[in-house]
Amino acid sequence: MRAAVVVFPGSNCDHDTYYVLKELVGVETDLLWYRQTQLDRYDLIVLPGGFSYGDYLRAGAIARFAPVVQALPEYIEKQRGIVLGICNGFQILTEAGLLPGALARNISQKFICKTVKLRVENNATPLTQLLSYGQIIELPIAHGEGRYVAPKDIIERLKRNRQILLTYYGENPNGSMENIAAIMNETGTVFGMMPHPERNSEKLLGTGDGLKIFQALVTSCQLSV
Amino acid sequence: MKEFLVRVVVEPKPELLDPQGQAVERALVELGLKNVSQTRVGKCITFRLKAISASQARQRVTEIAQKFLANPVIERFSVEVEEL
Repeated sequence: MRAAVVVFPGSNCDHDTYYVLKELVGVETDLLWYRQTQLDRYDLIVLPGGFSYGDYLRAGAIARFAPVVQALPEYIEKQRGIVLGICNGFQILTEAGLLPGALARNISQKFICKTVKLRVENNATPLTQLLSYGQIIELPIAHGEGRYVAPKDIIERLKRNRQILLTYYGENPNGSMENIAAIMNETGTVFGMMPHPERNSEKLLGTGDGLKIFQALVTSCQLSV
Repeated sequence: MKEFLVRVVVEPKPELLDPQGQAVERALVELGLKNVSQTRVGKCITFRLKAISASQARQRVTEIAQKFLANPVIERFSVEVEEL
């Protein structure tokens, strides 16, 4: 089992994510430069948070044409492993069309950085299998463009297929439709979430809830290796 | 080859709530522009492009705008091409 954390110019959560996977979960992990296109050796690929290409034009709009992202469709198509986009990584995956919908500017127009409550809407997925259905967890968010929007038919399909994994609970910080905070694709191999699990993976930083998300993904990857 | 000035105007789709547009509209009203409505704040991308004709320039820019300059989920765009 080997994981990769992609490093774009402007990534800033890459080392935190690398630390959690390598030191807390205990998985062989590489930092993978965004020019790389050899992905087959990895069981898990994480696109981390940050501001790739300075969020110019739209968050993720330029990064989606980076070599590593251009190599993702083939990796996903043949179900080689799991892809997780966190925050800017989620924005890149939607811009690339690898996850449905888009992340628009927060309703408040402000960059929001705080811990939020999230409800687990589906715990039968590689990302959420170590959480229980309806459980409330806490993770930090830190984004200016996190308002999840999609056409009505897409939202209906996400609901019907149970592709909505986490929703904001109590308060919707950014105006996302259906309070959506995390989704997956139809095959359950591509995951996107605005909250930062890597920033709450140790008790020192809060509840430590984020660790279970990384452990769950690694468990799934190990089962399929 | 002729040279064209290209202007791509990108704005939030009509069905998408645009708080920036709303705030600007309130200010426009306060400044005396009473009959203003449907204010949207978007962005404008301009560049020069060499092409055989205006229609070829427009076609190429429209293709690129659809996949890159605008995100069709949340934005719509228009292309203006002016011969220099």
